[in-house]
Amino acid sequence: MIRLTGIERTFIVGDEMVRALRGVNLEIAQGEYLSIMGPSGSGKSTLLNVIGLLDRPNAGTYALDGRDVTGLSDDELARVRRVKMGFVFQFFHLVPRLSAEQNIELPMVLAGIAPAERRKRLARLLADYGLEDRAKHCPEQLSGGQCQRVAIARAMSMSPLVILADEPTGNLDRHTGQDVLAVLERLHHDGGTVVVVTHDPEIGSRAHRRLRMIDGAVISDERAPDGVQERAGGAAT
Amino acid sequence: MRFADLLDFAWQVVRGYRTRTLLILLAMGIGVAAVVAVTSLGEGARLYVVNQFGSLGTNLVVVLPGRSETSGAMPGVLIGKTPRDLTLDDALALKRSRAVRRIAPLVIGAADVHVGARVRETPVLGSTAELKDIRGMEVALGRFLPESDPRQILPVCVIGAKVAAELFGAKPVLGVWVRIGDRRFRVIGIMARQGESLGFNTDEIVIVPLAAAQALFNTEALFRVLVEAKSREQIQYAKDDVEEILRLRHEGERDVTVITQDAVLATFDRILRALTLAVAGIAAISLAVAGILIMNVMLIAVTQRRREIGLLKALGATGAQIRLAFLTEAVLLSMGGAAVGLAVGQTIRYAAVQLYPAIPFQAPWWALAAAPATAVITAVLFTLAPARRAAMLDPVQALSRR
Repeated sequence: MIRLTGIERTFIVGDEMVRALRGVNLEIAQGEYLSIMGPSGSGKSTLLNVIGLLDRPNAGTYALDGRDVTGLSDDELARVRRVKMGFVFQFFHLVPRLSAEQNIELPMVLAGIAPAERRKRLARLLADYGLEDRAKHCPEQLSGGQCQRVAIARAMSMSPLVILADEPTGNLDRHTGQDVLAVLERLHHDGGTVVVVTHDPEIGSRAHRRLRMIDGAVISDERAPDGVQERAGGAAT
Repeated sequence: MRFADLLDFAWQVVRGYRTRTLLILLAMGIGVAAVVAVTSLGEGARLYVVNQFGSLGTNLVVVLPGRSETSGAMPGVLIGKTPRDLTLDDALALKRSRAVRRIAPLVIGAADVHVGARVRETPVLGSTAELKDIRGMEVALGRFLPESDPRQILPVCVIGAKVAAELFGAKPVLGVWVRIGDRRFRVIGIMARQGESLGFNTDEIVIVPLAAAQALFNTEALFRVLVEAKSREQIQYAKDDVEEILRLRHEGERDVTVITQDAVLATFDRILRALTLAVAGIAAISLAVAGILIMNVMLIAVTQRRREIGLLKALGATGAQIRLAFLTEAVLLSMGGAAVGLAVGQTIRYAAVQLYPAIPFQAPWWALAAAPATAVITAVLFTLAPARRAAMLDPVQALSRR
């Protein structure tokens, strides 16, 4: 479903060139649950952004469902992102002036979906994530866990192909973090594809496939628990 | 994005950032209120003048000796070249025109008016009985000049209300002999108090028969001849006839200036319209300033809402959608501000009407339409740059905590 080949991503920081991703090759099939781990600055968030079409690589190709999405314009990327990708961030990124349900609706509103249809999906999402009695509250009136659940509901509102979570538990206490992770894992259980970026090995080890990155390259790509181990391509230079 | 949702989104922003909203509402409101108030005043002045002129009798044609080069010149403007005198015979000849109802020759000067021991230097107007009706003047006491041969020197006079008050005080006026210059006249009438009026205020003058004035000031030449056309439609014919008659009488020379009151009115109208427009333009500058304020405020908003914009992009908003969202906010805010401004402007107009009921203050329709339109256009124009900046934000960077 997702195929990255020879992905390079270089940033200019000050007058230095930083190679955040060096020749990364990655294939993700539908229904996988994988984690990307590594120290700070290893490029894991960048990789997530590239997978999620939020960032464009400087070199390499990206095929999504057989379609080459590498050369798409910003607006085209946005349109594909809208229906295929769902993001969950460490700091939630809910719009503070909107209520929980307005936040969940946001992707649907942007996509121009009719209010009646939106209400239907909203009702289902609120029920699925236990947010019915919190629907009209603003983010500042919600706990961290509830905020993240709103964010997950928002990510799911357009029924995307992939859920991309960047340190989803980083801003939550351990117990709440476990709850949120359980929600994500339930998504996977229902057939969804989930990619989690984390620096916490306890979180990362729960995924069925684990990538490790250092310095912009994938250095290991393990699958558990059937014990098949693979070393992904991507030579470090 | 659906239109209703776009409005709703913008409405949420407007509600969510109260200070910014108030600032923009204030800026736009002041601009629009200023334009409305100022144009009301200007238009009121214009209508007042036009009505005043209208009340003088719109069928008036004025003949001046000498040719003035500009058309629509005001009476009293200096005449160029060597003017051939306008004589009484010239004036009487004008009655021959079919389009003319009546005429009144005018001679004017200043003289000392003596009543007992009191003296007042007063403008003295020499004319005929027709003047009263041509000018729509009213007599308060006694009567106006009698109908007579204009060549006859009758020692009578009619005095203005203010002159009467100053020279006679509470003493009886009618029938009293006064000395004007070196001649004596009997007062036969007092003019009604006119108060504030444009052009012709009888309160301060003394009116005597034409021949008497000519003798007093030792001149045959007429200052003006007032001609009243039979109707509005006949004004142009009257003007043409007057010019032709006088040309023939003056050996083929066109050495008089004939002004229709319409032309004078038109000039005043033009001048005051231009003034109102100019003043409105100045008020509109405040709208431009408001626009700059909006741009500033919007730029700050883009910075403040960086993370939100980044999020919207992450959720799949295109650059065009982001731009549209900002522009919709600008339109909403400016329309709101314009509405407030219209209300305030009309309130000022109402207050002005209370203070000066005689003047018909009224905002012209074009100002009521143009001010809000300018407000909205300004807001949109000055939001284009900030909106573009928002649309071009890189989502990854915008979302980062830097």
